[in-house]
Formats: sequence, structure tokens, C-alpha cells
Amino acid sequence: MIDWQSERRSREERLRAGSKFADGKMVAADAATALLEAVTRPGDRICLEGDNQKQADFLAACLANANPKVLHDLHVVQSGIVLPEHIDLFEKGIAKKLDYSYSGPQSYAVPRALNSGTIELGAIHTYVELFARYFVDLTPHVALTVARSADREGNLYMGPNTEDSPTVIEATAFKEGIVVAQVNEVVDKLPRVDIPGDRVDFVVAAPKPFYVEPLFTRDPASITETQILAAMMAIKGIYAEYGIKRLNHGIGYNTAAIELLLPTYADKLGLKGKIATHWALNPHPTLIPAIESGWVKQIHSFGSEVGMDAYMRARSDVYFTGRDGSMSSNRMYCQIAGLYATDLFIGSTLQIDLNGNSSTVTRDRIAGFGGAPNMGSDAHGRRHGSEPWLKAGREAVDGDPRLMRGRKLVVQIVETFSEKTIPAFVEKLDAVDLADKFKLPIAPVMIYGDDVTHIVSEEGIANLLLCRTAAEREQAIRAIAGFTDVGRARDRKMVEKLRERKIVLRPEDLGIDPLDAQRSMLAARSIEDLMHWSGNLYDPPNKFRNW
Amino acid sequence: MLTLKFRHTAKRRLAGKRVTAIIGVVASGNLEVLLERVLPGAECEVDIATPIIGYDETWKAVIDEFVERFAPGGLRISINDGGARPDTVFLRLMQGSALMEKV
Repeated sequence: MIDWQSERRSREERLRAGSKFADGKMVAADAATALLEAVTRPGDRICLEGDNQKQADFLAACLANANPKVLHDLHVVQSGIVLPEHIDLFEKGIAKKLDYSYSGPQSYAVPRALNSGTIELGAIHTYVELFARYFVDLTPHVALTVARSADREGNLYMGPNTEDSPTVIEATAFKEGIVVAQVNEVVDKLPRVDIPGDRVDFVVAAPKPFYVEPLFTRDPASITETQILAAMMAIKGIYAEYGIKRLNHGIGYNTAAIELLLPTYADKLGLKGKIATHWALNPHPTLIPAIESGWVKQIHSFGSEVGMDAYMRARSDVYFTGRDGSMSSNRMYCQIAGLYATDLFIGSTLQIDLNGNSSTVTRDRIAGFGGAPNMGSDAHGRRHGSEPWLKAGREAVDGDPRLMRGRKLVVQIVETFSEKTIPAFVEKLDAVDLADKFKLPIAPVMIYGDDVTHIVSEEGIANLLLCRTAAEREQAIRAIAGFTDVGRARDRKMVEKLRERKIVLRPEDLGIDPLDAQRSMLAARSIEDLMHWSGNLYDPPNKFRNW
Repeated sequence: MLTLKFRHTAKRRLAGKRVTAIIGVVASGNLEVLLERVLPGAECEVDIATPIIGYDETWKAVIDEFVERFAPGGLRISINDGGARPDTVFLRLMQGSALMEKV
């Protein structure tokens, strides 16, 4: 007899074992570790929810306190290795194998653990790629999620921090897995239901509200004039040139500068309504002046941002807000939106090689990928035309226009030197050496050169779409690499030819007055300015308050 | 304090009539640039005072590139450096020559 329902029986056993520590679905905080030991089995795939923003921090600490004799060899499948407890799981032997996406704050700890054999690495994914695997070969047996509040039935309210939860819970709950939620409070009536209670097995009211990282807040006070110059070139040479209305911005001061130049510099160019109207974007505080000036029609977000709740609630024409008035985010949906429905991704990086490959890996540091490789890639499944997409496609290929694919604009914007005078342009990515050192099957490349359409630095724009040979591509990149070794090794004659073909564009080629590259051009020059722009609805986290 | 001096003959005399201009500030990571239209024809002279030693080649590359692209003939340029990155130096030079070209 074939057993077709072993997973269901396993789930029932786990529920029975867990129910000893619960009153209905409710579990006391001090019983949470015992609950996790009861519902989890050695070797299970487990997802501790936590991405680059919200964290199931209490449940992570409870799991890290489990007895390694009871719980061991877990396979962690989660988007973020962010908390110290995530590393503790491996050091204590509770977890063994890891498949993940992002490790910002633990980016030094992960390679150390790989080196010592504490972590056995499956792969480093982009978010949407890991989520896809939740439904194919990495379905969690146990998911530890996090919500703002729950009712006694286990219905969950997540508010603006919906993020990864619907995806993780869908995969786990419908494949006979166990879902445990940490909540800030248990209430009689929720503002809205983000996760129906029949998908949630246990609820723990945590002693402290869950942690959220304000990852997308960039202080305008730190934006430099060279960043402003590069941002002006991106606006005039790319956004205006292609008519980019639908877009995604990465995190960084360069893209924050673009956001803060929309109501000033871009307005002076007469671009309002013609560019940057529809966004797949986290709630960046630096976009507030553009929103308040009527530039932005609509924004869908991957996650939330600390301090932005009241502002988003008050700007429901712009953000996706629930019937209760609070914003809803969804990382899976927004990643798909960024992949298929935007015409431009622009982001910063740490290193770019002569082929346009870029990486945020440096020696001994693996930050993972997050969402950038997904945003920063051309969707080969896309079939709808748009002016920017078609224009980029025509630039990329010579041939029959009826059979020509469009191209998403994938733009890397960098300063030729970082603050510590480390060059952004290199002959060889550190990622290649790191792959050798840690025996990774492929080098952790953030965005492959064949997906990159433009590179912008303060020296100019390299349009890689128009390059027809590897040599042209290399010289186009050298031409904007400034006074780095890569830049100084350029072939001047060839660069002049590339300039004539508009493959290389300098500020003077774009008619940009360098005297406009001043901080007074930024719509907001401090966090306090952003707060004022928002009519005091934006409530900046304390670490950004210096007044 | 290290001083460097570069002399060039630019491709042409810089347009505009402005006699002097000053841009930037002497601060850490920044620089002050004084531009004076005092030299004959397409002559150009750049004097640099910098607290940081060991970057002579980079300074030369920055000044060469600036003269090549912006043809600042007729200018004596004095740079008071506060340890600025080459990209910042280049931006200030571009801004200075734009100021000199304005009426």
C-alpha cells in the first residue's frame, strides 16, 4: 500500500505535541522554545521570517535557545540572515544547511561560518527565486512568521509590513507544514486580515514589538555634489531620453539624489508627468518631495519603511492601502512588478568590471543579493511593448524590427571612487576570488554585464546597448571610469569615436551646467526637511534625528 | 604642504570675459579653486597646494584631462586642496571654467 498522506499525519502529530504548550492557538512567551522543539523535527526545512526589513526576532531567539540534542541539522530556507541569532543556530548545531538571499548585517559572519564548515551552503538566491523554490523543492516544514497583531482565531494583521509573509505562509500551510506567528499583541478585532487564521497554527505574544530595520532611509545631508552631477546625467541622458515612466530605484545616495532632483532640476527641464510616474519601490522618504510636488502617480512596495506609516495612510492615492487605511506590501508581487512592469532599474554597486558585470561582494564579505538581480535583469518572458523598452531594444540589435525584443533599461550608477578612495571600476571582481576561496560553483555576481544597458558615473554615461564589440564595450566603460587605474588606461582615440556615436556621453555633451551640481539643487537637504515636506506625517526613526 | 605646478598650452582661449572666479571651500575632502584670466593666448598654468603627498600622477592626469576637454586658455588656476578625491577636483575645475565663461 502506498501511503499518500504521511505529511498530513506528521502534521497532526506535530500539532498534538505542540498543543501541550498552547491554549487553543495561544502560546505563552515563556513556552515558545518548548513549542518549537515540539513541532519541529531534526532535518526539517525551516523558515524564520526575516528579510531585510521586519524580523521574527523573538521566535529566532527562542529557536536559538532550543536543545541541540532535540533539534539539529535543520535546513534554513529564508530570505534574510540578519540577526545574530540566525548565526547562533548554526554555531549551536541546531541548523546545518542554508539557502538564503540576503545577509546585510551578517555579511562578515556568513563567510566565516562557511569557512569553518559551520554552515553548509545550498545557494544564494534573489528573493523571488527563493520564493519560487518554496513551491518546488524548498517548501518549509515549519514557518515562523511575524505580525503586528492577531486575534484568538489566529487571524493576522501585518499592516505595511506584509512583506514576505503571504508567500512563506501559503507554501508552508498548504503543504502540511506548521505556521507559528509572533505578534506584538493579541486583540479582539483586527484592523484587517492579512493572513486567515486557518493557515496559522500557533500564536505567541512576544514580550517586545518585532524589530524593523529602517533600511531605505537615506539622509539627504550625506549626498555629495558629484552624486548630484551623476544624478543630473541620469535624469537628462536616460530618464528624459527614453521617457521612463515606470521604474524601480535601488537603495543608495546616487538614486536618492535622483529622487530629490525631480521637483527641482527635472522640473526645470519640463519633465513633470513625462518621467517617473509609476513605481515599484519601497517607501523611500527621499521620494516625499516628488510625491508632494505631484510627480508620482502610484507606488507599490516590497515592504514598509520605519516612520512612513502615517504618511502612506494619508497618501492613499499614491500607495496601496487596505480598506482599513494602512498600506499593504508584498515582496513577491512587487518583485514580479519590478521584473515585468517597469522599464528601468537603477542601482548602485561596489565593483564593476570591464564587461559590465557588477558585484557588491568584497574580500571576506558576502552581502547576498536581495532583490537587485531580479530588478536588474531583462525579463525574457515580457511581451508588452512600451516606448522605452522598444527604443532600448532597437538600440541593442540590428535587424528586423518586427522580430526584435525590447530591452529593460538596467542602469548601474556609481562614483568612480568610494568615500575611502576605493575604485568602483576594476579589472577583476573580488567576487571571482571569493568564489574560489569558498568553492562556490559560480561567482556571486549581482548584475551580469549582458543585462546592464547603461553605466553612469560622475564622468559620464556609457550606453552599452549601442556597443557592437567587446572592445567598444570595454572602452565605453573605461571612458567613464574617471581617474581610477581602469579609467586612466583608456584608448583616447577610441573613446572620442564612441563619443561621436553617443555611446559615451559627458556632462558637456548633455548640455549640463556643472554649476547646477550643488546641494542647493536638492529638494530636501536633511531628514528634517523631509519631515517638513510631509506636513510632519513622516516620523523619522531616532537614529536619523539630530535636531 | 606639497606644491605642484603644471603648464599647458590649451587648444584655444577660454570663452567669456570674466576676470576672476572662485569656487569651492577649503575643507576636508573638498578644495578651493581660484581662476584668473591673466595669461596671454592659450597659455594655462595650474598651481596646486595639497596636504597629501604621493598623488602627483593623479593630479597630472586630472589637469591633463581638464585642459584637453575644457581648453582653459588664458587662465592661471590656483588650487587650495583639502584632500579632495580626483572626481571632486574635476567637478570644481568644470564649475570654475563654467563660471569664467559666464558674462
